[in-house]
Amino acid sequence: MRVPGVYVVVLVALLGLTALTILASSADLGPFSAPVAFTIATTKALLVMLFFMHLKDSPGILWLAAVGGFFWLGILIVLTMSDIATRGVLPIPGK
Amino acid sequence: MADHAVAVEHVAHQFDDAEQQKLAAELGMWIFLATEVMFFGGMILAYTAYRYLNPTAFAYGSRQLNVVIGGINTGVLLLSSFTVAVSVHAARHGQRRLLVAALVATIVLGLVFLGFKAVEWRHHYHEGLVPGVRFTYQGPDAAGVALFYWLYFALTGVHAVHLTIGIGVMAVIATLGVRGRFSPAYYNPVEIAGLYWHFVDVVWIFLLPLLYLIGRHAP
Repeated sequence: MRVPGVYVVVLVALLGLTALTILASSADLGPFSAPVAFTIATTKALLVMLFFMHLKDSPGILWLAAVGGFFWLGILIVLTMSDIATRGVLPIPGK
Repeated sequence: MADHAVAVEHVAHQFDDAEQQKLAAELGMWIFLATEVMFFGGMILAYTAYRYLNPTAFAYGSRQLNVVIGGINTGVLLLSSFTVAVSVHAARHGQRRLLVAALVATIVLGLVFLGFKAVEWRHHYHEGLVPGVRFTYQGPDAAGVALFYWLYFALTGVHAVHLTIGIGVMAVIATLGVRGRFSPAYYNPVEIAGLYWHFVDVVWIFLLPLLYLIGRHAP
């Protein structure tokens, strides 16, 4: 009934990062609070994907599917926000 | 399969060998998960855009959530991902009792998560924070706060549906495990059911900061 030590280490790291992100959210980090929260969340997601989902030892074709999902999510959010966040920055000629 | 002298049990006829079959199963699951990223992505995009347009309302809405329950539920789900990883390890090494025990623990943790979620939703109902059903908040930015709660219920609701499906899948895998259907030579269903469970965990890892943490120190 032996459990791989690496899983225990990853679990402890994930729980520790959860406590850290909750702690950090109650502190006044000014403009850094959102980047800190998402850096920690991304680190946790990477730990789950690399170790629990075995991506670390998987062939490149599985990496392609995994990275592809997040890459397209990035396109969706970055391109949409590049519109919404920049409306009104430049005047419209003739208006 | 019978006419092959060296036919390997569990390898379907279209595959060269067990290794290729396992990779095909895993690739199929990863591609499905990529489509799931898109599925949640639409709601996350809506959240991002409306939060940009209504920062104070979203911060207010976020502050009404119970971060203690959110934090405990995150721990519960992370622990369940650990038990799933253990179950896959047990299947790979032919440890049937550990496999079943880890899957039962996973199901119990999933139910605990849903229980906490139900307590939260019930609380929102009594607070009058359920848009379209019972929304009584009248303060400033009421429309923006309603928008936050629409997205909150959409995201946590769809996540809970995924978790419920995951619990059902794990119950099937556990039953098959009890019947001895897996071996170190064939445990693909355990592996890909595990990938699905971990994905549901990863979604929650991002929902915690998006919904619970983002407004805790905003003006």
